[in-house]
Amino acid sequence: MSDVAVQHGLTGAYEPSLFGTYSKKIGMWLFLLSDSLTFGALLYAYSYGRISNPSWPTPFHSSSIINATFMTAFLLTSSLTMVLAVRASVDHKPKQQMWFLLATMLCGTAFVVLHGREWSHLISEGLSLPVFPSVPGAEASPEFVNVTRDVPQFPATFFGLTGMHMLHVTLGVIYLGVIAFRKKFIPVLLLLWLVAWLGTPAYSPFHYGAHVLLVAAIVCTVILWLKPKLYDSSDVEVAGLYWHFVDLVWMFIFPLVYLMSTRIL
Amino acid sequence: MATTAALHAHAPQGFIRKYIFSLDHKVIGLQYYFLALVAVFVGMALSLLMRIHMIWPTAVLPLIGEIKPETYLSLLTMHGTIMVFFVLTTAPQGGFGNYFLPIQIGAPDMAFPVLNMLSFWTTFVGFVVLIAAFFVSGGAPLHGWTGYTPLSALPSAGPGEQLGADLWITSIAIFCIASLMGALNFITTTLDLRAKGMSMMRMPLTCWAWFITAILGLLAFGVLLSAGILLLLDRNLGTSFYVPLVVVNGQIMAHKGGSPLLWQHLFWFFGHPEVYIAILPGMGVASQILSTFSRKPIFGYKAMVYAIMAIGLLGFMVWGHHMFMSGMSPYSAFAFSVMTMAIGVPSAIKTFNWLGTLYKGRIRFQTPMLFAIGFVSMFVSGGLSGPFLAQPVLDIPLHDTAFVVAHFHLIMGVAAIFGIFAATYYWFPKMFGRMMNETLGKVHFFATLIGTYCIFMPMHYLGLAAQPRRYSQFTEVAYLHRLIPLNEFITYVAIITVAAQFIFLFNLFWSMKKGAKASDNPWEATTLEWSTATPPPHDNFGGHTPVVNHGPYEYNVPGAPRDYIMQTDPVTAEAH
Ligand code: HEM
Ligand SMILES: [Cu+2]
Repeated sequence: MSDVAVQHGLTGAYEPSLFGTYSKKIGMWLFLLSDSLTFGALLYAYSYGRISNPSWPTPFHSSSIINATFMTAFLLTSSLTMVLAVRASVDHKPKQQMWFLLATMLCGTAFVVLHGREWSHLISEGLSLPVFPSVPGAEASPEFVNVTRDVPQFPATFFGLTGMHMLHVTLGVIYLGVIAFRKKFIPVLLLLWLVAWLGTPAYSPFHYGAHVLLVAAIVCTVILWLKPKLYDSSDVEVAGLYWHFVDLVWMFIFPLVYLMSTRIL
Repeated sequence: MATTAALHAHAPQGFIRKYIFSLDHKVIGLQYYFLALVAVFVGMALSLLMRIHMIWPTAVLPLIGEIKPETYLSLLTMHGTIMVFFVLTTAPQGGFGNYFLPIQIGAPDMAFPVLNMLSFWTTFVGFVVLIAAFFVSGGAPLHGWTGYTPLSALPSAGPGEQLGADLWITSIAIFCIASLMGALNFITTTLDLRAKGMSMMRMPLTCWAWFITAILGLLAFGVLLSAGILLLLDRNLGTSFYVPLVVVNGQIMAHKGGSPLLWQHLFWFFGHPEVYIAILPGMGVASQILSTFSRKPIFGYKAMVYAIMAIGLLGFMVWGHHMFMSGMSPYSAFAFSVMTMAIGVPSAIKTFNWLGTLYKGRIRFQTPMLFAIGFVSMFVSGGLSGPFLAQPVLDIPLHDTAFVVAHFHLIMGVAAIFGIFAATYYWFPKMFGRMMNETLGKVHFFATLIGTYCIFMPMHYLGLAAQPRRYSQFTEVAYLHRLIPLNEFITYVAIITVAAQFIFLFNLFWSMKKGAKASDNPWEATTLEWSTATPPPHDNFGGHTPVVNHGPYEYNVPGAPRDYIMQTDPVTAEAH
């Protein structure tokens, strides 16, 4: 049963809810369902491009794979700490819960940072979208330049899919931050925005991408102003669902986009 | 225990919290409804301009001037987009669903009121962004409501394809997000907030329709969102998801290797469920009204529920029937054709059940009933052309003609609009506490029924005579000369029919102020909204949650004291 009935101070009984869960949890499951179709459509576009291009390239070297393996490890670890955070919240151990949420956020941030470095590296090597400005002083590798020229779908699907996923991880970190620290997280978010914005050169896509953090900070402020409440264990559990989902999506992207694009000598 | 005083304190005070940023599902429902009302008049105006241009291509209109061919395409695009998204998706689901779903299941509000408010305001922003496309340089886009690539992916492809097209896609993406929020809310509310006794199989068929519609929306809009994002990338970041090597005005574009068919697949995977999103709520409303005004239980309640489910399920498996012309493999065309024919079965079950409900009923021909019957009529007339189009061999000559225009306008356009009208006349007393004028309602009904049939029936013939659709001018084409008189007839009727809609508009606003006072249950109906006050209090039932003892359509139960048993009536009212 939802808080709506409670808010209205209504007496009276309701039919038992689906699987005995509360509304927020059902809502999150439904969101994940629709989000998996959003990702499904992107993966469909990727497969479509891949199948219809007979000369689909496989340009990734071991360095990319090693990096992506570390990213995967961070994400998997974060799922573990997320589970522990949920446990701590159920056991009413707020300190522990806070630390585990923080650990989850740090792992997520590490993932995004590693991923961002990987992107910048690939762009400077010549795997790029037409609008990305060229990187001054970079030595492009002919291999990646050829890929970009001959099969533009490769960089397009790569940046599209992983970009969408990176956005989800970033939003997930912010989500957890709000659950764990509420208003205190807003200044941190603004600081992160400034660091990401001013810390990246103007030719980097992250220079503009950083503004996602600013938008998120504004949205979070509005939400906290509309519903200024303490978050309880159900909020932690629901946030956990989201986090695991984002992790799961990566388990599709990693093999499809990275492993299947590896140069095998 | 909450006292009435406490509840009054809880109800928001002040104009802004009460009417603008309200969290009350009833206010939000009305906001959706009036947004759709504005949208439908804009959309109608655009359609009249198109009709006028078709038969007098060089006419100079006051204020607007001459309609150029590209302006015609902009009108076409904006008409379709506004009607499909901001009218047919917004009013039946966002409007009536929001207002009556919680009341009909005995809930005080939607499960997530804040989300509900956000989804309305997001829809509103989407509408503003769409309308803005008219006013930017280059004007509104040319690519039709289906936004086919590569036309929609290339800013250099035409005047409206510059900023206008970006605004169009952005508006659609915003609309997707809003609809996803709405869908999530509807499903959760239905699953979680039913009052004691309101089991799933006791829900009114309107609730079933809103519920299944929400599921379709949840699964379909996410895909359109992705498709739109990729289209924006193609346009603005230079990717080539949808664009093969193309030459525009003699210039080779910088794109290559993409596939326009990818867009068609993604779009129609959304697009076919979308047409059912538009019609299912109308089906629910028709069932509710036919049963109430025939004073008979709905014929085959369970069959109706399973038919809605089957339509929802099959609706995701037939998108290829919009692509028979795309050169798809005949084997896939065959599979899509068979699935499409299969979807006719649950549709027919519903139709027979409606007729079965009318059969031997003591029918009360009041305006809501007339529109509900009109709905069934339109659904049948438009539905019968579906199985023709579902045959690839027949569809290939018909696909690009007015025949398809006739099919989808009757079944989706007019039928869904009749559903909205029926719902308006039916629930108006509950929403505003007054009755709508019957005489005006009947005049409106017959004018609209005859008008729409006169507009769209001849289009079947035009299509068979090979009048192409989406063409701005055909009066100069020799083989179409003989069709001009029929086209003129359609345009004249269209003008009259649009004029007749002002009767409705007048009736709506006049009755709000001057209509006869309505009792709590003017139609002697059974569902929960009729057991609460008129208009319903802020928490819908005034401090308590109703207990449900009966199914939704218990009319003329032998031995009962009245000819209807309300869902909240005590069990003893039923004779055993
Ligand atoms: C028995 C049921 C139905 C069948 C077999 C059927 C079949 C078809 C087919 C094969 C087409 C493709 C025609 C073409 O583009 O060449 C089509 C188009 C269309 N149908 Fe139906 N249909 C049915 C019911 C409906 C319903 C219930 C709706 C809406 C409420 C609907 C709305 C549309 C629309 C909007 C289009 C055209 C979209 C466009 O190209 O712009 N149809 N239908
Ligand atoms: Cu279809």
